[in-house]
Amino acid sequence: MVKRKSFWERLKRDFKMNKAIYIMLLPVLIYFIMYHYVPMLGLVTAFQDYKIKLGYFKSPFVGLKHFDRFFGSMYFVRLLANTFAISLKDIFWSFPLTITFALLLNEVGSKRFKSVIQTVTYLPYFISMIVVCGLVMDFTKAGGMISSLVGLFTGSSDSLLTNPNYFQSIFVWSGIWQGLGYGTIIYISALAAINPELYEAAKIDGANRWKQTIHVTIPCLIPTIVVMLVLRIGSIMSVSYQKIILLYSPAVYEKADVISSYVYRVGLQEGTEYSFSTAVGLFQSVVNLILIVAANKISKKLTDSSLW
Amino acid sequence: MKNSLSRNIFVVCNTIILLLIGFCSVAPIWHVFCASVSDPSQLLAYNGLLLKPLGNINFEGYRMALKNGSILKGYINTLIYVTASTTLGLAGSIVTAYALSRKDFMWKSQVTFLLAFTMLFNGGLIPTYLLVRNLKLLNTVWAIILPNCLSVYNIMILKTSFSSLPDGLVDAARIDGAGHFKTITSVVVPCSKGILSVIGLFYVVQNWNSWFHTAIYVTERKLYPLQLLLREIVIMNSKSGLELAGENGELSLSRELVKYAVIVISILPMMIVYPFIQRYFVSGVMLGSIKE
Repeated sequence: MVKRKSFWERLKRDFKMNKAIYIMLLPVLIYFIMYHYVPMLGLVTAFQDYKIKLGYFKSPFVGLKHFDRFFGSMYFVRLLANTFAISLKDIFWSFPLTITFALLLNEVGSKRFKSVIQTVTYLPYFISMIVVCGLVMDFTKAGGMISSLVGLFTGSSDSLLTNPNYFQSIFVWSGIWQGLGYGTIIYISALAAINPELYEAAKIDGANRWKQTIHVTIPCLIPTIVVMLVLRIGSIMSVSYQKIILLYSPAVYEKADVISSYVYRVGLQEGTEYSFSTAVGLFQSVVNLILIVAANKISKKLTDSSLW
Repeated sequence: MKNSLSRNIFVVCNTIILLLIGFCSVAPIWHVFCASVSDPSQLLAYNGLLLKPLGNINFEGYRMALKNGSILKGYINTLIYVTASTTLGLAGSIVTAYALSRKDFMWKSQVTFLLAFTMLFNGGLIPTYLLVRNLKLLNTVWAIILPNCLSVYNIMILKTSFSSLPDGLVDAARIDGAGHFKTITSVVVPCSKGILSVIGLFYVVQNWNSWFHTAIYVTERKLYPLQLLLREIVIMNSKSGLELAGENGELSLSRELVKYAVIVISILPMMIVYPFIQRYFVSGVMLGSIKE
């Protein structure tokens, strides 16, 4: 039996052999510690009354004061409700649509046509959030194209974006426009990986295309769908606040404001309540972490596939 | 059975549905292209979706946009920022992915954890802002380039790809006496052109379109990238974005035109690069979803 070398011996040997790796990796590690781990230490602000002048070390500690204030305020329920409503609406529409779109693409005989449709539907993914929001504003302004279309049913073609009843739908559907094609990629690859013999066997059993889809294709897709769904639910708290900030206005805060847009507003945009907004942000990060870890566990159990 | 009536009906319906989805994907983009070369007074009165330019095609919007000093400056700034952060991001990702793909590197799993944990938990908006502020980086180029230049997601994709290179390839180079650096430049990188172009594209797109951290860290207009000017022109509709001197009467007319022209200018590079790289692109996204 070989005697296990001591830690220092191994380190010395590894350093000698991989010196170049140590040197190359050093800046990267410094970068991550600087930009990711130091701000984690900065979370201590959430338990202080942080003053720029006093810094982290001299600002007074106040315990859970900011958390108490947040949980006791009307914003707590409103922000949570909006965050969940937007995420659930998104899941409700984008999941079935993406999967259906992938299945439809899979039925296309002509490779050329399929690749043209794919190319064209991936395009919106590359457009910047600002431009997408600009287009949304253009189409939903008073008298805009979509406002007029909605006006055919409701009788008024006022701006949709300043109407609290429409904000969440606009948010979700502009996201679907941008992400539908991109979202199919993973399903298309899962479909391509299905063993053709399964279809042959189904054909011999007399199954037509529809029955093949029901009995072969969809069962083979289920693991992918479950993983994607579980992971999406795990990230239910993270709504793209950049888009919210670009699109919302005080008139629709009641339906549009989510935790992260609120953090931005009270912390940087309208106020400088650093400690309070850090506390609110910390609450979200912790819930997020718990959800993601739980989702991963569930996914592992259900389908044997997980993020880590 | 293959060409039964119901199958034919399905094929026709399917084609129509897919064409519709395709149409919906490009129509808004095409609309912007058309609007940018339309006749300004007709454009202002028109509210529908444009399928072809209104009136005579004119490039007045582009002329004014390019004549405008701040837009040109913003474009140059964006080019500089994107080049710098993509270069840094690619270099950092290659080095890290290489280190993590070496089976004999002692700290492999610790470093992986250190990186991966940042995907699950972070300090959040305010502590990060305070960090940049305390480092005295507000209103500097570094505040724009550094904060998001390395993506753990991209590093993990690259690592998976590097790990799948044949063992013999890298080992042979090492036995020949090549150092780690030489191995990267002469073996690993040339053998991974496809995936590197995908990762490069991911970085370029991300940096080209990023605006939020810049909006927080930078208030000085001369540092503004194109996206922040776009925000002023497209979202805030503020006058400061465009000082179109000496065109008072036609200001609102030309403003619309310039708006569309700037949007086109800002998305054109992506639209041109993307088709060339698309065939690698799908495989890159797939690698990202595979678990080690």
